[in-house]
Amino acid sequence: MPGRRFRLFFVASALCSAIVLGAQIAPAATPGANDPWPGLVQDIFNNRPMNDGAEVIGIEMPYRAEDAAIVPVTLRTRLSPGDNRRVLRITLVIDQNPAPMAAKFELGPDANVTEISTRVRVNNYTDVHAVAELSDGKLYMTKTYVKASGGCSAPAAKNAVEAKNRLGQMRYRQFARSGQGPASGTREAQIMIGHPSHSGLQMDQVTQLYIPAFFVNELRLWQDDSLVLAMEGGISISEDPNIRFTYASNGAKRFRAEARDTEGHVFQKEWNVEDSGM
Amino acid sequence: MAHGVSVLALLVVLGTSTLARAQEQELPVSEVAPKIFVHVGEVALMTRENDGATANVGFIVGDKAVAVIDTGGSVREGERLLAAIRARTDKPIRYVINTHGHPDHVFGNAAFVGSGTVFVGHWNLPQALAVRGPFYTDAFRRIMGEQLMEGVRMIAPTLLVDGTTKLDLGSRTLTVTSWPTAHSDNDLTVLDEQTGTLFAGDLLFLAHIPVLDGSLRGWLKVTDELGTLPAQRVVPGHGPVSEWPGALADQRRYLTKLAADIRALIARGEPITAAASTAAASERPVWQLFEDYNARNATSAYSEIEWE
Repeated sequence: MPGRRFRLFFVASALCSAIVLGAQIAPAATPGANDPWPGLVQDIFNNRPMNDGAEVIGIEMPYRAEDAAIVPVTLRTRLSPGDNRRVLRITLVIDQNPAPMAAKFELGPDANVTEISTRVRVNNYTDVHAVAELSDGKLYMTKTYVKASGGCSAPAAKNAVEAKNRLGQMRYRQFARSGQGPASGTREAQIMIGHPSHSGLQMDQVTQLYIPAFFVNELRLWQDDSLVLAMEGGISISEDPNIRFTYASNGAKRFRAEARDTEGHVFQKEWNVEDSGM
Repeated sequence: MAHGVSVLALLVVLGTSTLARAQEQELPVSEVAPKIFVHVGEVALMTRENDGATANVGFIVGDKAVAVIDTGGSVREGERLLAAIRARTDKPIRYVINTHGHPDHVFGNAAFVGSGTVFVGHWNLPQALAVRGPFYTDAFRRIMGEQLMEGVRMIAPTLLVDGTTKLDLGSRTLTVTSWPTAHSDNDLTVLDEQTGTLFAGDLLFLAHIPVLDGSLRGWLKVTDELGTLPAQRVVPGHGPVSEWPGALADQRRYLTKLAADIRALIARGEPITAAASTAAASERPVWQLFEDYNARNATSAYSEIEWE
């Protein structure tokens, strides 16, 4: 199913690029006429109405993508403590990338995830949208704009040999949150997965065949048996997927991760939670 | 009389403009060692205005043939380099050596496609060009404009270097060496042993801040290994032709500082975004284009070093 969806996005974006190209030849076209977003709302969100997300979700990215292959992005939920709605999932869309749907995060029902940071590839000058789906059944959208990097930076591997060697390695790290001791129950952690994340858009010069897409398309994180965060990813996620997030500890002593890639590899690992605090 | 003067004036004007055009076509080069010519690129980003001519490019003339080392950031620059070669020798261009696959070094390749010219590169260069080529041509159409990008093609090497290869130019042998991932994952150096002249490609930056697109730890290691090469002078990828191996000092200090700062940030649990704004800040006054590349170097280095 993710494969089919991926192809669909690819076709949609190819059509969009054709439209953009056409418009560049005719400079009289009005700005905004080539905006792929309406098409993406149709493809990814089934044309569901988009509500203003300013009070619900924040997105932070550098204004300029310094390194096209590694552009940090942070998503923050903004619901006030008194709000009885919950964020169910957040979809990250990089409009001008070859596969615009970068990631879909599902937030564990009891984990109170409020912050998610990851790294993405950015191919072009682009709007980046974050769409939160709340427990009220509505979608809330916010966006930012990123300028593409210049120079010799490219959304591609820098060290192909190293990337291959790291395949399947997983690391977990827990951070101390300033001003929030263990007693608050809020934790900050990071998961790293070694994976070359080939986009599948490039031709092998020797074989003249397209290098097949090969990336982590599913990641699930649990504390004991309670889901903290799940990610459905695409080729816009940087090589060696890396997610840093906050969550509320349920007192679990074990943290567990499971990742799958497009070739069906399953990577699993678990760690002891330091100072679970409860 | 007045008529004669104006004809003369016209001839002078025509004469100087033709001369000016001829000079403009030829890329200015200097002879840094006997029969070794170098054009030192502008320390700048590639733009429409500078023809993308930011990297150092050069050529070496032997008794029988010529080797070109990097071709510049546009076909126009490549053609001007070709004009500079033809103004000095009519020997055939047997080799075009690309020190790596970045746009400012390979975009001029198309100017040299012709009978008998062999393109030489690192064993990983074909792959790097395949993966990055389409992105580079799109991005630089945006940056340098359609006109300057006209004719730019990714021309992959057919003579691949894995380890060391000797190239014979007639009474002159060049030693071409491939390196593990450092500045990029497809770096080559060219050494003319006869004159002790090393073309380091972007394994060495001077004045222009080093640009990391491979492995910081790998580059530090390669920097030390380069220092043992028997050269007297170096043509860096960017910056002035300099004495060897003293020319390595600034780059080594920058890369060491960057690695140390990144390690400290990671140990403190600071996020990758903090690296972009703080790492290697003490190096700011030393380098040109610091604001353009340091944050990028730090971002890239962070994602490498956090796997240590």
